[in-house]
Amino acid sequence: MIFTTLVVFVGGTLWTVLYSFTSSKLLPKWKFVGFDQYDRLWSSSRWVTSIENLMLYGVFALFFTIVVGFLLAVLLDQKIRFEDTFRTIMLYPFALSFIVTGLVWQWILNPQFGVQHIVRSLGFENFVFDPLYNPDIVIYGLLIAGLWQGTGFVMCIMLAGLRGIDEDIWKATRVDGIPRWKTYIQVVIPMMRPVFITVLVIVAAGIIKLYDLVVAQTSGGPGMASQVPAMYVYDYMFTAQNLGQGLAASTMMLVTVLIVLIPWAYLEFGGKKNG
Amino acid sequence: MADTTPKTRLSGPSGPKPRKTFSRGNIMLYGTLFVVSVYYILPLWVMVMTSLKGMPEIRMGNIFSPPVEVTFQPWVKAWSEACTGLNCDGLSRGFLNSVRILIPSVLLSIIVASVNGYALINWKFKGSEVFFTILIFGSFIPYQVMLYPIVILLREAGIYGTLGGLVLVHTVFGMPILTLLFRNYFSSIPEELFKAARVDGAGFWGIYFRIMLPMSLPIFVVAIILQVTGIWNDFLFGVVFTKPDLYPMTVQLNNIVNSVQGVKEYNVNMAATLLTGLVPLIVYFISGKLFVRGIAAGAVKG
Repeated sequence: MIFTTLVVFVGGTLWTVLYSFTSSKLLPKWKFVGFDQYDRLWSSSRWVTSIENLMLYGVFALFFTIVVGFLLAVLLDQKIRFEDTFRTIMLYPFALSFIVTGLVWQWILNPQFGVQHIVRSLGFENFVFDPLYNPDIVIYGLLIAGLWQGTGFVMCIMLAGLRGIDEDIWKATRVDGIPRWKTYIQVVIPMMRPVFITVLVIVAAGIIKLYDLVVAQTSGGPGMASQVPAMYVYDYMFTAQNLGQGLAASTMMLVTVLIVLIPWAYLEFGGKKNG
Repeated sequence: MADTTPKTRLSGPSGPKPRKTFSRGNIMLYGTLFVVSVYYILPLWVMVMTSLKGMPEIRMGNIFSPPVEVTFQPWVKAWSEACTGLNCDGLSRGFLNSVRILIPSVLLSIIVASVNGYALINWKFKGSEVFFTILIFGSFIPYQVMLYPIVILLREAGIYGTLGGLVLVHTVFGMPILTLLFRNYFSSIPEELFKAARVDGAGFWGIYFRIMLPMSLPIFVVAIILQVTGIWNDFLFGVVFTKPDLYPMTVQLNNIVNSVQGVKEYNVNMAATLLTGLVPLIVYFISGKLFVRGIAAGAVKG
């Protein structure tokens, strides 16, 4: 079975990369066309929009999940009461699927009934907040939902990291009279570097795969405003019957993941070998 | 009974100075946590409230207010009448499909992965470390890269578009993380136990069933939690590897809510969304700490 898995993973990946250099349409066929598919891919405005969206979403999502996740973990680490309750509340969205997440937020952000409607009925007649219907800010609508789902997870890992820090460190800094917030920034965060890197890699790899959430929340709209690469791949592979394009796009996704992964692997495994 | 409180207490306070419950810092701390919690709870609240209202009330009112008149009609409709395409038998169909996918996938993937993890630790063979490394790297590859080759493989095997095919896909893709989970856990079981069993003449399966399995029940529970939520929430594989009749619940839910034709019934949509989220939520609330442990272990999954 492990062998099958390897064959599927390695073989499948190689197959995709190889056939992305062919002119396959409905069915895969071995007609080599060099980088043609990639040329077409990068001159497609839909693909370029997808990449831009992904970058924008990625930068914000990485920044906020990690910063907010860490801050929440710090708050929960203050020996508070009801810690379990708070943790349970913050983590439950992570158990839900992106489809459910997307649909709920689609409803909350619905301009006719949701947040916009309520603020208007409070007296602010001109209040506008319709991220899912405004191409310029639709990506932030996705972000709100994505953060809701994912920060609990980051918080949990960070909390485990904070708990792993030796109590003596805290005592030592207290003896030295260093304020708590300074200890966090100058001592704790550097000590938690591996945790931060792990979280960074996991969250980044997850962002590149972003698909379900967009499908459920906006279906890539309005227009093409919230397209993401994974959607491009799916549409070209299974509905537009332009397999070569789909494969080229998925290969680009693979390259993106490798860009994230290789430095990490180098740090993680290369570092150990050198002691 | 006479009052026996010692009078000495009046002479002055003793013991450690009590921590002030209402210090400024504490108010800030709990205040922040409370506000954050509201943000997290809000969507669940909105889902439940909306699903219990009738459509007229939704059109008039505000999505955060509780229903004036509670109705369970949307739930009934979502479960047994909501339409996707030509089928109007509600989410119950998707639910059954999901169950039929879930049970074999979870069992198969856990059985295979636990044996794998056990073999990788205790029956090291040449290249087993390389195998493992590739497996972990494989778990980071975007699924999109492997979709089409798998479609071809399944088609060749004649199981494309069947539940069996999807079960197989889930098993294969669950392999990296689960193998890692079991491998790490088994490696913490003292090797002497394993050696002693060998001396006593136990074989590969004997050791697995009599020693490894009974000693690692918690990790099996963690694996089950991980797989149940993961497979239940899957969307991409469901939509690619099955046909409309066999769509799992998530796919069907998306089709119901995002269908373009017909009047939008928001209450039914929210009831359907809640129904789909119910299984992982129940797993989450029952499992508690173990879920957290699964997350920590699954941290490599990505």
